[in-house]
Amino acid sequence: MTLAILPGGKYAVYIWPAYGVTVLGFAWMILDTLWRARRWKRQAERLELEK
Amino acid sequence: MFAALANPLRFMAFSKAAAPILGLAALALTGAGLALGLSAPPDYQQGDTVWIMFVHVPAAWAAMLAYGALGAASFISLVFRHALADQAAKAAAPLGAAFTGLALVTGSLWGRPMWGAWWVWGDARLVSVLVLFLLFLAYLVLRASIDDEVKAARAGEILALIGLINLPIIHFSVEWWNTLHQGESILRPGGPALAPVYLLPLLLTGAGYSFAFGALWLARTRAEVWRRRATSLALQAALR
Repeated sequence: MTLAILPGGKYAVYIWPAYGVTVLGFAWMILDTLWRARRWKRQAERLELEK
Repeated sequence: MFAALANPLRFMAFSKAAAPILGLAALALTGAGLALGLSAPPDYQQGDTVWIMFVHVPAAWAAMLAYGALGAASFISLVFRHALADQAAKAAAPLGAAFTGLALVTGSLWGRPMWGAWWVWGDARLVSVLVLFLLFLAYLVLRASIDDEVKAARAGEILALIGLINLPIIHFSVEWWNTLHQGESILRPGGPALAPVYLLPLLLTGAGYSFAFGALWLARTRAEVWRRRATSLALQAALR
């Protein structure tokens, strides 16, 4: 498998997917958190101005 | 500290400063831990698969930390009827589900080359962590399925508190039952079983993941505070 050329030798096919999944998981947590925070902050501020 | 942060205005001021600091600390600690861990020599038994430990074990620790946070916030919300505690509980659940999912997937990728199996149903540690994942999902689904926010909060709190029993089961599962999963390696009588060359990076990444949970938890709780504020203002505007 192509992942075998990465560090880790014959286990690279297990090691790097584990790191890849971790990066994806963190990316989702960070982006979803920032998106929610910005969305609701803007909405609250807009409604505050309209009050 | 808790009493001071129970005031939403004080919490918003504190979390605005604390979340980025925790985030930067998480980045530095995780980066340092991974740099040290990925330069560690292969383990004499597990070879290079030991590198998976530096993303698997911290994810499992953060998952349990997240459930502890969910349980504590739910208890405070249920007993003291504090809205901010409920918002904190709601904010912890998706993060906990994500960390538990990461622990399960990375554990499976570690188990396949070491045990010859992606998953073992008879293994108490694996199954108890799967139960943790299902508890987070059940909490999220339960809250989303009840329109009345107060009723949804009460139902979620009760579920979260019942689920706390799973935390000691996860921790002691490797002692109470026969398991393929390795036994306690850090908090054990006689000191850690890990060589320092693996222990230090593991502790650094563990601290990094915990700080990352802290930063994201604060940021999501802030988002939940704003969401409720926006919902309340929209309701007031509709009634005018």
